[in-house]
Amino acid sequence: MKQFWAFIIKEFEHIFRDMRTILLIIGIPIAQILIIGFAVSTEVKNIRVAVYDPSNDVSTQLIINHFESSRSFEVVRSLQSPDEAERLFQQNAFDFALIFSEHFDENLYHTGEASVQFIADASDPNYGNTAVAYATNILSDYQQELMQKAMASGMNSANFRIVPQVQMLYNPEMNGSYNFVPGLMGMVFILICAMMTSIAIVREKESGTMEVLLASPVKPIYIVISKMIPYFLISWFILIIILLLSIFVLNVPVAGNLIWLNVFSLIYILVALSLGLLISTLVRTQVAAMLASGMGLMMPIMILSGMIFPIESMPPVLQWISCIVPARWYISGIRKIMIEGVGVIHILKEMLILTGMAAAIITLSLKKFKTRLE
Amino acid sequence: MNSVIQASQLTKRFGNFTAVDHISFEVAKGEIFGFLGANGAGKTTAMRMLCGLSKPTSGQGLVAGYDIAKQPEEVKKHIGYMSQKFSLYEDLKVWENMQLYAGIYGMNIKQIRPKIDEKLHQLGLFDERNTFVSQLPLGWKQKLAFSVAIFHEPQIVFLDEPTGGVDPITRRQFWELIYEAADRGITIFVTTHYMDEAEYCHRISMMVDGKIEALDTPKNLRERFRAATMDEVFYQLARKGREN
Amino acid sequence: MAKLEIDGINKRYGDVQALTNISFRVNDGELFGLIGPDGAGKTTLFRILTSLILADSGEASVDGLDIVKDYKELRRHIGYMPGRFSLYQDLSVEENLNFFATVFHTTVQENYHLIKEIYQQLEPFRTRRAGKLSGGMKQKLALCCALIHKPSVLFLDEPTTGVDPVSRKEFWEMLKRLKQQGITIVVSTPYMDEATRCDRIALIQHGQILSIDTPENIRKAYPKKLYRASAPDNFSLLERLRELPEIDSVFLFGEYLHVTLKKDDKKPKDVQLQLIEPGIEDCFIDLLRQK
Repeated sequence: MKQFWAFIIKEFEHIFRDMRTILLIIGIPIAQILIIGFAVSTEVKNIRVAVYDPSNDVSTQLIINHFESSRSFEVVRSLQSPDEAERLFQQNAFDFALIFSEHFDENLYHTGEASVQFIADASDPNYGNTAVAYATNILSDYQQELMQKAMASGMNSANFRIVPQVQMLYNPEMNGSYNFVPGLMGMVFILICAMMTSIAIVREKESGTMEVLLASPVKPIYIVISKMIPYFLISWFILIIILLLSIFVLNVPVAGNLIWLNVFSLIYILVALSLGLLISTLVRTQVAAMLASGMGLMMPIMILSGMIFPIESMPPVLQWISCIVPARWYISGIRKIMIEGVGVIHILKEMLILTGMAAAIITLSLKKFKTRLE
Repeated sequence: MNSVIQASQLTKRFGNFTAVDHISFEVAKGEIFGFLGANGAGKTTAMRMLCGLSKPTSGQGLVAGYDIAKQPEEVKKHIGYMSQKFSLYEDLKVWENMQLYAGIYGMNIKQIRPKIDEKLHQLGLFDERNTFVSQLPLGWKQKLAFSVAIFHEPQIVFLDEPTGGVDPITRRQFWELIYEAADRGITIFVTTHYMDEAEYCHRISMMVDGKIEALDTPKNLRERFRAATMDEVFYQLARKGREN
Repeated sequence: MAKLEIDGINKRYGDVQALTNISFRVNDGELFGLIGPDGAGKTTLFRILTSLILADSGEASVDGLDIVKDYKELRRHIGYMPGRFSLYQDLSVEENLNFFATVFHTTVQENYHLIKEIYQQLEPFRTRRAGKLSGGMKQKLALCCALIHKPSVLFLDEPTTGVDPVSRKEFWEMLKRLKQQGITIVVSTPYMDEATRCDRIALIQHGQILSIDTPENIRKAYPKKLYRASAPDNFSLLERLRELPEIDSVFLFGEYLHVTLKKDDKKPKDVQLQLIEPGIEDCFIDLLRQK
């Protein structure tokens, strides 16, 4: 046990004496969160709108006018039927459809409630979500106007509700506009854990210290685990920073249970650490370790995890492949627990898959870790 | 004396640290000059200045007739250089390496081909001309590296710790190449910290803490320090340096 | 009693036969030198003996422990200093030493008497990072770290390569004192002049042992008379001697030429030849030529 502590202390000394690297691994996630955070909040303009208006009454006309006068929207055509919307969407004739129900005015004044459907192209989730948010604003402005008018005309209990039903095309999961925070977490932990652990282990091979350690009575598992622990703790620290930043700077609330969010993330961090360990058993140089973890792990995460491209809109083959990308499960789970705020029971599948992956990779890499040089 | 290297009061400072401290010496044409010293004594810094790679803080140096501070490009054209790491491309064939260096020094293609063949015959490497350098034994690499360094017939060739680790026969074959080049009038400037290597040089300078502490023929140095080997001469000098 | 027994070790890397049928013994308390140029197979043999790699065939035991079967136990009994500096450059002198003491289940205090003399020289730089030490100091630290668990056999792979003559001399004196404390030492070096500092040596080239004996006996076994010649211009003398029919071999040796004759007493005319005692390097050259 004393040996083990000596190893862990040594690892921390390595890490904290290399200030440049430590600043880099903490600085990169912060910079990414901030940069993407500001990039995402850019205004969306000139959303092309198509309208289906079967009631064609005063209210619908007024609402359409509101859309037309807004800077963000531009009504480009009217539709003959709701079905036409989906077909024309595919031809990219417009970005947003406004489908009114029949007898809109009547319903609004008699039942106090009328419905309108928004169909947005969410293949770019940010764009789609922003469009829906703007449209919802216009509706609630109109609702306010109606109520003020009604009050002015002496009605006491004026209550009008226009309920928008949102349909996202191409991305029906309705990813939150803070999509990127889970995605970023999925990426950052792989970067830090896999890359840093693999480099740290391979560095000992390169510097020749591994030779001395292997010729000593130390158990190889100590060497390996002592490399993982510091990065595990650093990753946890970064997780907390990311959560604080997203809550206080980006205003992304954590809707779900904070403890389970941490537990779930730590499982994922473990997967990333074991991937780093596996890489270190396969390569000989730090450069190779960096390339393997950089290209080998980052690219699949960027492309196949649902971070940038929604998995549902991928061809089936890629969807299957994405199942072996740990980040896919992590990002999906973190979205549920963090953005949607569902209970832990709903991410059980993701959690089990990641736990299984961690166990499998650790077993494999410990088997591959040699007690000799070759 | 027909000198090809003249250094006078050559000095290099890095901040407060004086790596090379007012050294002065001359090297004659065709001489094999050993430049000795412990690690960190300033050998490499001094040699870099003489090769035109580093500008002296003060003092003067003439190499092949060119001022090392004012005409470093001319200096580089007239010298050859070979280091411990051989500066050969391991993934190129023997003749490709030779062609590359000949090209670097501006020889034209027509001259290069016959000269490469001639050199290969001389080195006994003709049958290996299509071998990748990575597959050559250490001793052959060494020979090849040396012949590449003098391919453009420089006036001076700088050898930076050239013969570590080879077997005694290969090592002697290498020194024969050096003697042969010196015989043709090429001046050889060797840095090393293997003292037995020093015995092969015509004259030796011993650097301790940035200064040249002794400069003479091996024989005279041994007599002066009443030592049986150069190792002992060095030992006495370096210890003196440490006590200071 | 033999501390180290090596019997018929072979090792092959692809097309290259790295070691061929290596067998020898090292006695208890001996300072044994493995002498040969780079690529001779010294490091491969050290790695096999320290259980870091497996031989293709052959057997060996260190301190009575089989290097394959008992490798875990073996690793407690040996000290190993690889060829390149293999300590943590970003840890201080003290931290390195404490770390390696812990790795070997011991403390610096427990075996301080072993390293005391060497460590005292490092003491002033206790808190300096290992990467910032001079070459000689690094070697001393590495030696301390390899000694801290009081190994019964110490393997030193080229400890003096790239180290200046002063530090080299000091290093060999340290080894001599360690030997007096009863530690068996196996050391490799490419420098022939270090051979005489060992009790016994093995000359090795191309993975084969050329000769094993005390340096004195190896020199005595030199089969010919050795002469020395010199001239103001050694190179032309060399070329001239090579042409003479009486001459067997001529080699440059510093400012002299070392010469052997086809028939020991049939000297060529008008060349000044002086009879000398052969050194280890002459023996090595002769052994290489015989092959």
